[in-house]
Amino acid sequence: MSSTVGPGVLAAKRSRRLKEGAIASVLFACAAASTLVTVGVVAALLGETIGFFREVSLVEFLTSTRWEPMFRDRHFGVLPLLSGSFLIAAGAGVIALPLGLLTAIFLSEYAGPRLRRTLKPVLEVLAGVPTVIYGYFALTFITPLLRVFLPETEIFNAAAASIVVGVMIIPTVSSLSEDALRAVPDSLREGAYGLGATKLEVSTRVVVPAALSGIIASFILGLSRAVGETMAVTIAAGNLPNLTLNPLESMQTMTAYIVQASLGDTPQGTIVYRTLFAVGMTLFLATLAMNILSQWVLAKFREEYR
Amino acid sequence: MSERTPVPIGTAESAFDRRRRLFGVMFAWLCGAATLVGVAALVVLLVDVLIDGLPRLDVQLLTSFASRFPERAGVRAALAGSIWLLVLTAVISFPVSVAAAIYLEEYAPKGWITKVIQTNIANLAGVPSIVYGILGLALFVRAMGLDRSILSGALTLSLLVMPVIIMASQEAIRAVPPTIREAAYGLGATRWQVVSYQVLPMAFPGILTGTILALSRAVGETAPLILVGAVGFVAFTPRGIMDQFTVLPLQIYSWISRPQDEFRELAAAGIIVLLLLLLTMNAAAIILRNRALARR
Repeated sequence: MSSTVGPGVLAAKRSRRLKEGAIASVLFACAAASTLVTVGVVAALLGETIGFFREVSLVEFLTSTRWEPMFRDRHFGVLPLLSGSFLIAAGAGVIALPLGLLTAIFLSEYAGPRLRRTLKPVLEVLAGVPTVIYGYFALTFITPLLRVFLPETEIFNAAAASIVVGVMIIPTVSSLSEDALRAVPDSLREGAYGLGATKLEVSTRVVVPAALSGIIASFILGLSRAVGETMAVTIAAGNLPNLTLNPLESMQTMTAYIVQASLGDTPQGTIVYRTLFAVGMTLFLATLAMNILSQWVLAKFREEYR
Repeated sequence: MSERTPVPIGTAESAFDRRRRLFGVMFAWLCGAATLVGVAALVVLLVDVLIDGLPRLDVQLLTSFASRFPERAGVRAALAGSIWLLVLTAVISFPVSVAAAIYLEEYAPKGWITKVIQTNIANLAGVPSIVYGILGLALFVRAMGLDRSILSGALTLSLLVMPVIIMASQEAIRAVPPTIREAAYGLGATRWQVVSYQVLPMAFPGILTGTILALSRAVGETAPLILVGAVGFVAFTPRGIMDQFTVLPLQIYSWISRPQDEFRELAAAGIIVLLLLLLTMNAAAIILRNRALARR
């Protein structure tokens, strides 16, 4: 330090450095807190889940075909709930995956910029409508409509749930797929046009294959959303744990069970209270596995163009 | 396409080329129709709700509490609860999320810790909302003894929306051109001065929009609040953050669950109120953003 710098300036510099350091620490703490949330989720689920498996064997949980935790003769087989969740998600996928992909192709390859700017926000609204409203729509509109054509449809049925969940996840599939399609460089399209390909051929044989990793990732993510969906399936599909493939029957999903059990009186320490956490853990692991798979597909099979 | 013979310009289209062109047109229509399915579903849903609910929508609906008698029931407690929850969730989640976003974009060194935090935030955004409810039940309601209060609900919803706000804020901060930062650093500004005087004001409209969109998702949430003990029948408006509460989506759910048709109508009217609340929030987002943009 040269002699022209007085002690006052040095002190000001030090306090400035201290302040900067303090701010950086606070900001870091906020970012790091997000990891604590994950730790909290796992810890909260794990504690009571371990308690649950002290009373119920893992074998029964995974192989028994009956889920009757509230009856006198109790059964804790998670299969009916798992099949309910995945069947409804599969039904939603049948609707949302093709529609979402075609929508993405339309927005990316066919629609002009103005049409895209109008359509995209409208589709985003589909994802923003509260799910309880989808439940109402399924119960008061879709189910009566189904019963006109298929009178044997039950009031609570998996098909109506699948349909509304499918509509709900269209934007998830379409917006992520569209991002992937638009990331394909124009030189590829121009090359194909130069060889005499039509727009259909360019879209389906060049652009879609080039964006396939992103499209598949969007499919998996959409299905994961469907598995985690709660209110629409609770309202539309009902509360009957039912190991069946018939979409016209009532089914209970993992999420619907959690809602049903927590609406009733479930004091801490009871086995019913613990089932919440065991089923929640199963749901958490299932969706986490799907989300990680989606990221892995994206990273592993990405076609890089530059 | 090896069988294809070149067609000289000006001659008639071959049957093969006509088929290709026809398929092309059909595919374009198919894609357009698929896009319209989503739009049409939205329209049908809104019209269905409006037809069912509009006859029941009046001032009395807003001023009455829940009741066993559908003709006397209203959304007063639920609307108040939703607004309480919205404000409290915003107050809790906004500062923490923006701070986290600033750290990740402006401060974080490239390294495994940053990568872990970033991956973790992306994964948290994919966790089903009901799992946050289970966390809220175990952590806030039981372990911290906050009971079935608005505070428990707001903390739970804050955890739920934080990943979304963080990612939206990061995007807004990333969109600020680096030249702005370099100019400020060149004038001798400290990192915090660069962030607080230059980056944040420019990123603010984007951050605000992302936050309000995330909060409107929170307002529509039902499942996690059922877990932390919000109930469908509350006959008072909350007076403090430790009070019991209900929210609009939950009130709607409890009406849907009843078999009588009058309650279905009530549910549809409640849905209209909820949609109006969401519409107001989104309009506010647009107005605030335009103001912030104009002030620049």
